[in-house]
Amino acid sequence: MTALTELTVERVYEALLNVKDPEIDTVSIFDLGMIGEVTTNGTHVKVVLLPTFLGCPALEIIKKNTINAIKELPEVTEIEVEFTFHPPWTSDRITEKGHQNLRAFGIAPPPRHFKEDGSWHVDCAYCGSTYVTMDNIFGPTACRSILYCKSCKNVFEAMKPVSTNM
Amino acid sequence: MNDSVMSPEYTDAVKNLLFQLADDDFMYSFRGSEWLGLAPHIEADIAYSSISQDTMGHAAMYYTLLENLGAGNADDLAHSRPASDRRNSILTERVNGSGYYLETPHYDWAYAVTRSYFYTQAKKVKIDSLCESSYKPLAEVAVKVRMELYYHRLHWETWFKQLMSSTDVAKKKMNEAIALVVADFGDVFSYGTQKEAIESNGLIGSEEALQEKWKMNIEPLLTSLQVQMPKIPDQPVKNGRNGEHTNDLEEGLTTLSEVYKFESAAVW
Repeated sequence: MTALTELTVERVYEALLNVKDPEIDTVSIFDLGMIGEVTTNGTHVKVVLLPTFLGCPALEIIKKNTINAIKELPEVTEIEVEFTFHPPWTSDRITEKGHQNLRAFGIAPPPRHFKEDGSWHVDCAYCGSTYVTMDNIFGPTACRSILYCKSCKNVFEAMKPVSTNM
Repeated sequence: MNDSVMSPEYTDAVKNLLFQLADDDFMYSFRGSEWLGLAPHIEADIAYSSISQDTMGHAAMYYTLLENLGAGNADDLAHSRPASDRRNSILTERVNGSGYYLETPHYDWAYAVTRSYFYTQAKKVKIDSLCESSYKPLAEVAVKVRMELYYHRLHWETWFKQLMSSTDVAKKKMNEAIALVVADFGDVFSYGTQKEAIESNGLIGSEEALQEKWKMNIEPLLTSLQVQMPKIPDQPVKNGRNGEHTNDLEEGLTTLSEVYKFESAAVW
């Protein structure tokens, strides 16, 4: 006879570390700062997620993957996953590990600061050079921009900074 | 205010405003999506499709708020309502030009840039005001939309500035586009017959205040480009907020809902 492990919020978080961004598989939704709140009540789990961009087509996939990851915890009987806009997701929610893992994927993490005129700067995701130009503020997904590095001559992507001051 | 203590009158006012906001972004986004693959170069194409996708997301949020208020299923609200039930402004329903997307699209890029620049600036003024809305769920969505809108404004302002500072042909086309867009601006800041209910409940700023703010926001750029400040018609010929629309909306709805209506039980 095996005693059931108590279902704690920590264990749910551990399970959620396995949920990756469907398009950036080096980064978990935890490191992206998408997890708003996790609560447990007996064998019930509720997870509130913060969508990065409202029109992001990956949201439903992320929701499904979140449910599947929590299902791996044997004692869970009920799972509720919902999205909220409050607090809004902002790019400063991305963890330091998230920054590292974005770089590992070839995506420059969002800058922490804006210049006075609202513009922003990132270094090359590959060689770290600061000698880059913005090619297109819009990229292959809503949350990314396309840049060009004049040092290593690579095109690279950057995650757009998103802040409530914008 | 939250859903449990809302009077029926207040709820109706919220719904009416939500339909205007949702239908505006929905049609603007649809017209933007018709440009996919046709924009002047690949960067413009990626940007415009990204903006259209964001905007469709904004419309989806408003339709979801409506669903939460018992107005019906969000997908149905987007796809199944007839033109006479739609509350979008005339500007957002206008075709991109002559011809059809798949066959002979003679679309007008100057019109796309001008419509987008003026519309996005109007949306910015509304969203700023909605962040203070008495209806909490709407205010929360607005905070989120505002962050995305920042990039849209940046994009369209750049295009507007560049084309207005370009060749004589470009300037001529842009000025023609401005005339067309301004002629349709009469209902953009209108709440139609719902004006009193929407304004008195503190859901969003008054028509006059928002229009004034919009003018103030675009004036510096227009002046620097030596463009006369547009004179918005006092009375729109047709007011989309009251369900008055052009044939462009009818045809647009037929196209955009074709797949949805083909198999309405399908799960997407």
